[in-house]
Amino acid sequence: MLNIKDILETVQMIQDECLDVRTITMGISLVDCADSDIGKSCGKVYDKIVRKAEKLVETGENISRTYGIPIINKRVAVTPIAFLAGVSGGNPADYARTLDRAAHAIGVNFIGGYSALVQKGFSAGDEALIRSIPEALDETERICSSVNLGSTKAGINMDAVVLMGKIVKETARRTADRQSIGCAKLVVLCNAPEDNPFMAGAFHGFGEPDCVINVGVSGPGVVRAALQRLGKDAPIQTVADTVKKTAFKVTRMGQLVAGEASKALDVPFGIVDLSLAPTPAVGDSVARILEEMGVETCGGPGTTACLALLNDAVKKGGVMASGRVGGLSGAFIPVSEDEGMMAAVRSGALCVEKLEAMTSVCSVGLDMIVLPGDTEAAVISGIIADEAAIGMVNQKTTAVRVIPAEGCKVGDEVNFGGLLGGGPVMPVSTVSPAAFVTRGGYIPAPMQSLKN
Amino acid sequence: MRAVITIVGKDAVGILAKASNVCAKHNANIVDVTQTVMGDIFAMVMLAEIDKMESSIDTLQDELDGVLAGQGLVAHVMHEDIFNAMHRI
Repeated sequence: MLNIKDILETVQMIQDECLDVRTITMGISLVDCADSDIGKSCGKVYDKIVRKAEKLVETGENISRTYGIPIINKRVAVTPIAFLAGVSGGNPADYARTLDRAAHAIGVNFIGGYSALVQKGFSAGDEALIRSIPEALDETERICSSVNLGSTKAGINMDAVVLMGKIVKETARRTADRQSIGCAKLVVLCNAPEDNPFMAGAFHGFGEPDCVINVGVSGPGVVRAALQRLGKDAPIQTVADTVKKTAFKVTRMGQLVAGEASKALDVPFGIVDLSLAPTPAVGDSVARILEEMGVETCGGPGTTACLALLNDAVKKGGVMASGRVGGLSGAFIPVSEDEGMMAAVRSGALCVEKLEAMTSVCSVGLDMIVLPGDTEAAVISGIIADEAAIGMVNQKTTAVRVIPAEGCKVGDEVNFGGLLGGGPVMPVSTVSPAAFVTRGGYIPAPMQSLKN
Repeated sequence: MRAVITIVGKDAVGILAKASNVCAKHNANIVDVTQTVMGDIFAMVMLAEIDKMESSIDTLQDELDGVLAGQGLVAHVMHEDIFNAMHRI
């Protein structure tokens, strides 16, 4: 029989330490839905999503019950809609409304892929889609939008950077009556992965199969509890080892769920994304892991080093546990979704500049940061450019998901509810980068891009 | 297919009896039981064959929750594979 200690450890992880599978995300290619008539195209998109993902939610719930593991989200990621908009013309927001209807029909809480990939420039449909993002996020509930505007290979598209600053602001304005929640569903990426199951950056890349199952695991609470049991005087390599072992177990669970979901839905397994994704729940925080390692408050000196260790150990532990690892895989640091991060911001220990440093070693970027409503578009573009530069040079994914909450000032609190959480409005530099960002053009790809 | 049933919480008389009764009622064949009491915390792990069970894992879970309600005990019914996946290489 199985070891009683192992069994109780797993039960404790689920019951007390917030262990869960964060998402089963079905990637669906919409390439075969493209039509020169936007009405027909939308019809095919709706039909294909509903056909492919009809049983996704039900299957997720069945697996959850059989194995006793909470599976929090069931989601869909589709081919970047800019491609379809390029073929059909018309108002891309029609696709957003279609996707939203499909999301409601199949019962998923988000569909990602209202996206454009413009790292090297705009092709047909890209600019129209980007300009329609504020309307799309205002008029829909379950759509996530992302724009990839830089990569190590291509450099950074500064025309897109300046445009996205304005689009973020416009989205905040259009959804001002809901605390600018539209911006919580809009992410600007550099080096975006094509198989990421996590929102808001999920889309189904062009190199992916027709339909695929990707699973995102989580478990910051489990890692923190394991470190707590280790004690404060354990050497740092033991801390790294403990994180690795814990990440291994958590990922094995994700791999099992991914395999079962793939079998039940008769859809190929894609990847397991072994990310530590926090939630606003107490005990499910990445910041608290860093504090458990010994930093007094997240954001203080030492935070970046702790995060680097954590991110690396999570990958090393997870990689052996899964047949195929992908997506973002590492530690997320979304401020409004992490109870410890919010507390650190309130105490004054964590600022936007420190978060920027942390993004050079975490798995994504500046995430779910609420900024004052009067933050200028150019400042947001400057933040996007800085973040993209970190990603481009370090050959990693970086992202910006900031919410310039209309009508809010530093110290105000916003609350988006659910997994998006809420939190204090953070101060940000008002020194203007306008002259720089409005030059336009592109930042050339760095030497690292010349690998061939 | 085998399920692992765990019950953890405050020790009391008759926990094992109640759990076994529920299993018997649903035709889940208990193949192994381990239990321990640490202080006044009771922990029990039961391995049951559920291939011939006449109801779903859900029903078994709900019924265990029902008979243990109000006693400070938490029951989990989980497929055996989850533990094999997490704790065996």
